[in-house]
Amino acid sequence: MPDVRCEDLADDLAATAEGLGTLGRAQRRHVERCLRCQAEVVQYRKLLRAMHSMRTQVLEPAPGLLADVLASIESAGERRAISSLLSGRRIAYVSGLAAATAAGAAGAIVYATRTRRTRLAG
Amino acid sequence: MPHDVADLVAAAKGGDREAFDELVRETYTSTYTLAYRLIGNEDDARDVVQEAYLRAYRGLRRFRGDALFTTWLYRITANCAATHLGRRARHRHDPLDEALPVADTRSDRDPQLRADADDLHGRLQDALADLPARLRAVVVLRDVYDLPHEAIAAELGISESAAKVRLHRARHKLREQLFGRHDDEASRAG
Repeated sequence: MPDVRCEDLADDLAATAEGLGTLGRAQRRHVERCLRCQAEVVQYRKLLRAMHSMRTQVLEPAPGLLADVLASIESAGERRAISSLLSGRRIAYVSGLAAATAAGAAGAIVYATRTRRTRLAG
Repeated sequence: MPHDVADLVAAAKGGDREAFDELVRETYTSTYTLAYRLIGNEDDARDVVQEAYLRAYRGLRRFRGDALFTTWLYRITANCAATHLGRRARHRHDPLDEALPVADTRSDRDPQLRADADDLHGRLQDALADLPARLRAVVVLRDVYDLPHEAIAAELGISESAAKVRLHRARHKLREQLFGRHDDEASRAG
């Protein structure tokens, strides 16, 4: 079995402490016999526990942040409402144009048809 | 007004502005905490929080609900923080030395509170503040907020392998700063 050095395991010990790493048999035997590597694993476990516990710690911002955030959301909401209003009007305008154009085209067709019939009759 | 986050999210997605405002009230301190941990100073953290909620508001309809709302918000916050740090680096007149701490926040802390706090946690806060921003971001997002590597990489704009390398380096630096180098001691004892 090849000799395993502490340096070879440097990348794996934190993952081991996290419970994610998978050490090979030779690596496990080394850690079981090496106080330095064992100490590193213990230190990583303490570090990771301390980091995880920070999740429940909350820092209180200085007063005013909540009001500022709500105000900016309100402004964004107003802009969105105005944008929707304008989009709605634009759609109505374009629809109106399209309807007028279609009506005009239909009228032109009717006129052309009548004119042709008159010529044929005449 | 429902205070369950899932109910608030559903209502906000349906256009209920009050529901979104309530989501902000429920989450803004934890969002600020994350932003502060990533950015390192209060003013910039506040800017990041505002930007994060604006982006959440505009993008809420795209939130599929396959992750927790808070996780989704944390990802947005991380992305905003990364953008902010990138902008700050470009506007500096001197080259950004990533070996320097981003900000010394220790003077902001109440000495009495520090005296009462667990020693390891206090030293951990200092050690995190001493990390370069690009390493601190990864280790905070992974080890404090449990974001997966692919999410961290996506929000910070780096590859997954780069995220893992930075995580390893950050953990190594933190361990050394908190516990010192035991190489000689353990070798002699072994």
